[in-house]
Amino acid sequence: MLSCKDVTRLLSESMDTSLPIGRRIGVRLHLLMCGFCARYERQLNLIRGAARHLAAVEEMPVDPSGGNLSEEAKERIRKSLRNNP
Amino acid sequence: MEKPERADPSDWVDRYGDYLFRYAMLRLRDRSATEDLVQETFLAALESRRSFSGESSETTWLIGILKHKIADHFRRQAREVSLPDGDPRDPPEDDRFDATGRWSNGPTEWGGNPADLFRRKEFFDQFTKCLSGLSRKHANAFTLREIEGADTGEICKILNVTETNLWVILHRARMLLRRCLETRWFDKSAERGS
Repeated sequence: MLSCKDVTRLLSESMDTSLPIGRRIGVRLHLLMCGFCARYERQLNLIRGAARHLAAVEEMPVDPSGGNLSEEAKERIRKSLRNNP
Repeated sequence: MEKPERADPSDWVDRYGDYLFRYAMLRLRDRSATEDLVQETFLAALESRRSFSGESSETTWLIGILKHKIADHFRRQAREVSLPDGDPRDPPEDDRFDATGRWSNGPTEWGGNPADLFRRKEFFDQFTKCLSGLSRKHANAFTLREIEGADTGEICKILNVTETNLWVILHRARMLLRRCLETRWFDKSAERGS
């Protein structure tokens, strides 16, 4: 029998590689009986979703609250571009 | 065939600077290192400008260069932290399981739905803070895998670890991130009832 500790490790691993069929079945059976591990799986998926959402958000228009290159940095970079023709 | 538009390098900073900055900042979470990478990207672009085929957009081309710079940055950091003492932020063993491997302190119910959650800027502020609280090794592995979307083989090469090793690192990173979000966000939002 897989323990909760094993299952949390395998749930993470299954996000990076495909588990052997026996392992997969073991995990699914455990999740049917264990509310905590089922919840853990949902939360891992939410975390993955949040990370992907963050990556997609950078396509959005400029954030006026300061998530941008500072004026000093811009000037420094402009200068370095001018000095390297 | 129409060639994609190409800006003069003197306009690059105004046109692409903020975008490249946000892209790299999300992955590095370090303003001065990020500014350096953006500058390096523009300089490398200036040098390879003549070989730019113009088949992709200028933005895609610049992001491609930046991605390499980011990978180099992580590669350098991986070499730095492989000191014998490791990173002082390396977490202790997880204490949420009892001796038989059963939860002694199970995850709490988070409630709400992701669509609403993902509209909250404050949530992502906490998310980023939690990510920054991980050791470099864990944070960089998670960032490459889940934000950059790199495949595990590629990440192993950048971080110079075996695949089995990477699975352990990612498992740790997710577990710690989950716990941090629970403490810093979900348990608190249950208290304030939102």
